[in-house]
Amino acid sequence: MLLIRCPYCEMERPELEFRYGGEAHVVRAAEPETIGDEAWGQFLYLRSNPKGLHAERWRHTNGCGRFFNCLRDTVTDRIFVTYKAGEPRPELAS
Amino acid sequence: MPDLTRSRLTPLSSLPPAVPGVSYSAAPAIARLLYRGSDGAVAAGAAFGVALPTQPCSSAIAGDRATLWLGPDEWLLLAPEYETLAVQQAIAAALPGIAHAVVDISHRQVGLRLDGPRAAAVLNAGVPLDLSLKAFPVGMVTRTIFEKAEIILWRTGPVAFRVEVWRSFAPYVMAIMAVA
Amino acid sequence: MRTGNGGRVDRSRRINFSFDGRAYQGCAGDTLASALLANGVHLVGRSFKYHRPRGFVAAGSEEPNALVDIDRGNGRSAPNLRATQVELYEGLVAKSQNRWPSLAFDLQALNDLAPAGLFGAGFYYKTFMSPRGAWHRLYEPFIRRVAGLGHAPKLPDPDHYSQRYAHCDVLVVGAGATGLAAALAAGETGAAVILADEQAEMGGGLLDERTASIDGLSAANWVGATLARLAAMPNVTLLPRTQAFGYYAQNFLGLAEKLTEHLAAPDKSQPRERLWKVRARQVLLATGAIERPLVFPDNDRPGVMLASAARTFANRYGVRPGERAVVFVADDTGYGAALDLHAAGTEIAVIADLRTAPSGPGFEAASGTGLRIMPATVVTGVSGNLRVSGVTLGSLAADGTVRGGEKIVCDLVLMAGGWTPAVHLFSQSRGKLAYDSERQIYLPGTYAQAAQSAGACNGTFELAQAIAEGHAAGAVAVGTPGTRSFAVTGAIAPAGGFHGAVPHDRNPEQVKAFVDFQNDVTAKDIKLAVREGMHSIEHIKRYTTTGMATDQGKTSNMNGLAIASAALDKPIPDIGLTTFRPPFTPVTFGTLAGHSRGALLDPVRQTPMHGWAAANGAKFEDVGQWKRAWYFPKPGEDMHAAVNRECRAARSAAGLFDATTLGKIEIVGPDAAEFMERLYTNPWHKLGIGRCRYGLMLNEAGFVMDDGVIGRLAADSFHVTTTTGGATRVLAHMEDYLQTEFPELKVWLTSTTEQWAVIAIQGPKAREIIAPLVEGIDLAAETMPHMSVREGSICGVPTRLFRVSFTGELGFEINVPADHGRAVWEAVHEAGVPHGLTPYGTETMHVLRAEKGYIIVGQETDGTVTPSDLGLDWAIGKAKKDFVGKRSLKRPDLVKTDRKHLVGLLTADPKVVLEEGAQITVEASPATGTPALGHVTSSYWSETLGRSIAMALVAGGKGRMGATLHVPMPDGGIAVTVTEPVFFDKEGGRINA
Repeated sequence: MLLIRCPYCEMERPELEFRYGGEAHVVRAAEPETIGDEAWGQFLYLRSNPKGLHAERWRHTNGCGRFFNCLRDTVTDRIFVTYKAGEPRPELAS
Repeated sequence: MPDLTRSRLTPLSSLPPAVPGVSYSAAPAIARLLYRGSDGAVAAGAAFGVALPTQPCSSAIAGDRATLWLGPDEWLLLAPEYETLAVQQAIAAALPGIAHAVVDISHRQVGLRLDGPRAAAVLNAGVPLDLSLKAFPVGMVTRTIFEKAEIILWRTGPVAFRVEVWRSFAPYVMAIMAVA
Repeated sequence: MRTGNGGRVDRSRRINFSFDGRAYQGCAGDTLASALLANGVHLVGRSFKYHRPRGFVAAGSEEPNALVDIDRGNGRSAPNLRATQVELYEGLVAKSQNRWPSLAFDLQALNDLAPAGLFGAGFYYKTFMSPRGAWHRLYEPFIRRVAGLGHAPKLPDPDHYSQRYAHCDVLVVGAGATGLAAALAAGETGAAVILADEQAEMGGGLLDERTASIDGLSAANWVGATLARLAAMPNVTLLPRTQAFGYYAQNFLGLAEKLTEHLAAPDKSQPRERLWKVRARQVLLATGAIERPLVFPDNDRPGVMLASAARTFANRYGVRPGERAVVFVADDTGYGAALDLHAAGTEIAVIADLRTAPSGPGFEAASGTGLRIMPATVVTGVSGNLRVSGVTLGSLAADGTVRGGEKIVCDLVLMAGGWTPAVHLFSQSRGKLAYDSERQIYLPGTYAQAAQSAGACNGTFELAQAIAEGHAAGAVAVGTPGTRSFAVTGAIAPAGGFHGAVPHDRNPEQVKAFVDFQNDVTAKDIKLAVREGMHSIEHIKRYTTTGMATDQGKTSNMNGLAIASAALDKPIPDIGLTTFRPPFTPVTFGTLAGHSRGALLDPVRQTPMHGWAAANGAKFEDVGQWKRAWYFPKPGEDMHAAVNRECRAARSAAGLFDATTLGKIEIVGPDAAEFMERLYTNPWHKLGIGRCRYGLMLNEAGFVMDDGVIGRLAADSFHVTTTTGGATRVLAHMEDYLQTEFPELKVWLTSTTEQWAVIAIQGPKAREIIAPLVEGIDLAAETMPHMSVREGSICGVPTRLFRVSFTGELGFEINVPADHGRAVWEAVHEAGVPHGLTPYGTETMHVLRAEKGYIIVGQETDGTVTPSDLGLDWAIGKAKKDFVGKRSLKRPDLVKTDRKHLVGLLTADPKVVLEEGAQITVEASPATGTPALGHVTSSYWSETLGRSIAMALVAGGKGRMGATLHVPMPDGGIAVTVTEPVFFDKEGGRINA
């Protein structure tokens, strides 16, 4: 069971309190009606699914209830950083 | 027509039996209001009589009222029973034109108190958090889980906790405590 | 046989027990293994494939052979327990496994005489291949009968199991010398320390010491003094009988604690076992080392055991495992064992040392004692079937050849093949092992987590060094580095060792030299696997099954690896080591399940009116976690009769229904209407205060995800209802959009599902029944029309009163604060009985709504259904610019005309009720492979209409009105007519009454 730092509670909390929310930074168009079928289909169904660093959404469902984002390595399962919803994806010092 | 205003039935009718090191009691009926909205938090606290804490997972008490931080724009307000309307009106009056929400959840959940040196161990049968005094000091409050039920856990003393749980989950939580 | 004195058992307390039906006596402090040996019983099991007689190999958790079944009766039984870990208690009943009809005479032992190769490496893949079909008929039933070890209990387990989360600064695994010193160093600083050990008594190998002393105390006394100090520290938790079985990410470990297994009369109110889920800042592994057997012909005869095991039995339990022993050593500790056995009264016939020039303190002491020592000597055979009767020795020449051989009579053979550090948990932690080629052992190399290893598991075998290393590691773990030295005398440390198959002069095709005792894998099998092309240890492991038994190869892995290495002519580290996985030793399902079984498997949620329904004979059904009243049978009624009566009452008078479980969300804030506008298909800005609307919610892909009636309480406040099962999902969906897509909206969402008890009263007399109880609300049809909501009171209790209907009748849903639910329900019921008010359950609710063609999300929908498919185009706010799912409704696949549409079905024979889920076709008896047009989603007997009704999703259904289709069933096709999915009161006169 992972420990995940909630950027709102400002502490590490057990994974059991969280729900995974899929890839982060997938933006819903402000005017969906203007989006073509092909692009809309991609928005609905296609995700990057990288091997390695992945920006993804989590929600502290059984905690403060807030959605936030994190950078996780999909190979090692290690979470490098968590950040509040709306904040840009941080650059990791490699 | 019968008058049922005092006719209440809570799911805390059968508490877990006390064992050496921990005893259980049902918190009395109480007014519970969920206050939402950051903009008016200071004014709302002033109107309520207890400041809304800004430190995550902390609480404040004054007299017979308390405020519990649950999220960055979410507080649980506790007051004596039958003060629900008065509190709602006081906050509404203090926040003209400031966006906020106050919702009465007095009956949504029930309060269960645990007292004694084994209280933390019993809670840790289902709560995955570190409940040492260092990690979870007196006054700390948070939503978390107890096995498969969501609870609000509030440490009210070095060996005293209050569990707030949605009413239909209370029997489940108490049954596990009884065999922990 | 029991020695005269010594050991840690209490000879004055005799314990009665039985093994395979025969009564024996042991002593308090015995394990089942030591007690059996004290009674001269060596034969305790039959092997997995060959059913060869087997005895004890080890004295601890690594024991591969002595698996027993312990039965306390009434379902309190457990198979596959290692007798070496079973503590003796009065009345213990143990049985051996994998034998028939008895241990001494096992018919399947004929397997041992089977032609060479029949059960050899890869036999699973070779023997059972043909003829085709024989697998299911013949081979599998046969294998299931003969294979396997113990039998799973057949009765439900009457005990309960507990779990606990724990956090600590330092978790020390293993309470031997190293672990005790580590716990002491960490504990003295006040840090929170958990010390876990698999044995009943902490002390590890120190409890086996006859001659060692530490700081002037005997080993046992040092253990006692150290434990007393630890026990006095409130910050230290001692967990004996606790196996650290799994090491997971971020220093999260699973510990299985046995609480009552050792008691003759356990307190049934106590948990039998407890799973500790420990999060440690630092983990300190002090898991010791495991002695290796030597792989020589017939090394599995009962009476052949590890030297360290014999030493444990003699020194710790006061049991002499034999009267005349041959000690076969490749490591100096074997001499120590010989000396201890000698002191216990066992005659040491000879010590055969595989090495040409033995040396070391053990060797010196044995020589000094005058024991007969034969260097460069190997055991080439063992006689005796049910018990060792002698061995054949051979002398080992410099070129590796063996020349035979003196025969020696004995009843005990000890094997001292050297020691393998127990790196299992380190390996589980994703640490990388490093190979020490000089000592030929794998050691912890690179750590992946905040952990340290100390003592024998770290390759530090010498006792004084191990204790000092443990102490230093404990100090480092709490951030106060420091060293301390310990004065140790009289301990013999591992030195030497051997890997692989011992050379012999026998015909290799005719002997069995076992590597893996539990899975019956021989040296020959591994060599065969290599010859047949398995070159990776992962392939060799799976082909031969070596290391794949429940002991995970604790005693066999390194020997297997060395044999493969020799056969491949490649160094050991080039072949690789198989991965150790949790659990270290088997963990019971009960422990893993913990509280989650029986009534506590999942929360059972009950409404405030549940007690009334139960007292009034309701049958309940599970709807998610909720118990809902299903129907209320009167005496003599079956479900059909009860539901028909309930339906008639609701249509003719009134029915009373508990609708509390419907999800409720309060949506409050200046942007509440705008938020509703974006999350539901319908328009909300213009909905008047006090009015309600049916809301339809889509996911972004355009498919129906939930629905419910929504009331507007104020300009900035909505009372939303959801389906019972959708309550959590809908709120999460709303929060997702509010927080991540529309964070600018000033609106907040609160679940009020449990704030309100909801009492639905439905039927033509609903109004006149509740009118006398309600205050502050004008119930008249013109002031409170269908789809409206008012606030007032009922019986003095504040209420949100909805005029809504899921039945097609005049109806109200009375929301009252939950604590008042039962009292108000009873008051309404009492007021209604003179009018014919009848409680009804979910089954009647389903029938009544189906008669009206009202859908149930999750029954008429399955996540691929659009509003248009359901005929709900009217619920779409066409003028709205956007709502979640709107764009998707225009996707090409969602506007096709051959999509499945919701229709009604009427059977040609009105008495026939279709089966829900049944497929629908054009032909009555379609050819095999004909795709179905759709399926029946809802089907009931309608008492109101005197005939069956059904709803269905049918391809192109809107264009098939009036057509005849068929529902093929095993007894033939059922003809149905396609209709609109509304069967009753299409004009809606009743609902607006």
